[in-house]
Amino acid sequence: MSLARTLACVILIAVCGVSLAADWLAPSGYAKQFREVPSSPPSRQHLLGTDEIGRDRFARVLYGTRISLILAPAAALVSTLLAALVGGLAGYLGGVWLRIATTFTDLFLSLPWLFLLIAVRALLPLNVSPLCSVLITFFILGVLGWAASARVLSASAGSLRNSDYVLQARASGLHGPRLFFVHVLPNLKPVLYAQFWISIPVFILSEANLGILGLGVAEPLPSWGSLLRELEGLISFREEPWRLVPLVLLIVVVTSFQVVLSNNEEVTA
Amino acid sequence: MLLSRIARHMAAIAGIILLGGLLSATLVRLAPGFDTDEREFDPSLNAESVRALRQGRAGERNILRFYAAYLHGALHGDLGRSHVLGKPVQDLLRERWPVTLRVAGIGLILGWLLASALAFSACLWKRTAYDLLGTTLSGAFLCIPAAVLALLSVILNAPGYFAIALIVFPKIYRYVRNLLTKAYALPHITAARAKGLAELRVLLWHVLPVVAPQMIALAGVTVSIALGASIPIESLCGLPGIGQLAWQAALARDLPLLVNVTVLVTLVTLLANSGADVMIHMLRTREA
Repeated sequence: MSLARTLACVILIAVCGVSLAADWLAPSGYAKQFREVPSSPPSRQHLLGTDEIGRDRFARVLYGTRISLILAPAAALVSTLLAALVGGLAGYLGGVWLRIATTFTDLFLSLPWLFLLIAVRALLPLNVSPLCSVLITFFILGVLGWAASARVLSASAGSLRNSDYVLQARASGLHGPRLFFVHVLPNLKPVLYAQFWISIPVFILSEANLGILGLGVAEPLPSWGSLLRELEGLISFREEPWRLVPLVLLIVVVTSFQVVLSNNEEVTA
Repeated sequence: MLLSRIARHMAAIAGIILLGGLLSATLVRLAPGFDTDEREFDPSLNAESVRALRQGRAGERNILRFYAAYLHGALHGDLGRSHVLGKPVQDLLRERWPVTLRVAGIGLILGWLLASALAFSACLWKRTAYDLLGTTLSGAFLCIPAAVLALLSVILNAPGYFAIALIVFPKIYRYVRNLLTKAYALPHITAARAKGLAELRVLLWHVLPVVAPQMIALAGVTVSIALGASIPIESLCGLPGIGQLAWQAALARDLPLLVNVTVLVTLVTLLANSGADVMIHMLRTREA
């Protein structure tokens, strides 16, 4: 394991650990308002100061990190499962099924990702409870993000279809779902894992984009997207540099994912 | 051959647009709140007027009939009316499209220039500094959400197309860099360099023809990336383009407007990808 990859793994584990310990590190919670000190600078009580309505920014960063880091993998899981179902099955079956799946995948991929996201998000109610908005946001990411993975999986499953062991299993009388689930799907695992890990930083960034545009997680629940929205009122970097902490954290986490993934690719190659 | 390829692309685009339109119409029809009209709450309307309003929308309940009516209108240049902005959708698209074309177009050109310059410099002169600079810059910009780049461009008073350039740059740089590395490793290029051919001549006569088809395909894909990036850039930088229109429509749940904008952007994306494919085909035919 290279030094960069080790460092990236340590950073990811540390960030996850700290965000999971949010209840102990920031017992005041993400929604409590300290009305006597709105928009205050960092202090011993509020390590990153407070926002415009007096909420502790440190607590919000910790809880927001937790939400983004738990739900982005959940969305990645949904999209990878969908991709395995659509792409893997179509690649394995081939013929007309593959053509239908390819057309459907092309339709999804031809739409610019952000246009598709905001269109589908807007079709669903916007005035929902914060928890519901979190689930809707990440569910949409998972449901709409399967197309690119499906294309990779259909190609991999297509190559497995004519592999020696699948032909032998078929010759031995194994057919249908059993052949797919027992012999094809387990051999797609490395591709599935890769697609799962690749999707996580994509979904983190997509949620951040939606959040900044006001179409992500609803207040008072924090997420990286809603925390970054605060940058909208920033006039210069020197004025309140602590407001950049969520952005720095996001960049560090996504970079760490990229480093881990790029090293994975090198190992695979 | 070329004409049949173009015809095939046109048929595919028509099919995808029709299918996408049906999908959008279905989603709009099934979206919560579709069947309600706030005018029904107007106390000045009597029961008969409210009933008339409901009857007016009765035809929209059937998805296929709703879609057929939409298609009929679209073919006659009527894309409906925006609920929020109170204007015909086609007028809004006509007003906003030039802004997006200009911002996304200049952003794309800048992004391509920056990425190509760095990728070619890194491969041509084989200096670690160029490679490190390109890799670091592309890695950094890949990790920043498009909306944050838009906000940063507002804070730094930079034009919107600069943010689009920074969004497309990392994707172009990484792809072109990989293409060039692979091309420079080809035996005939190694032989040409070993024989002492000037680097610029090797690049123009031997490397570029090898990488041109993939670069053209990438150009098609980057149109889609730039259009996608136009939503946060135009919304947060206050540019009155298609991206801002889509954002306003999404926030106000102005579904007819949003669906038309999405279909239009899809059409442009498909045309860009098909155009790239036809160009690659022409290039390969000429080489053959």
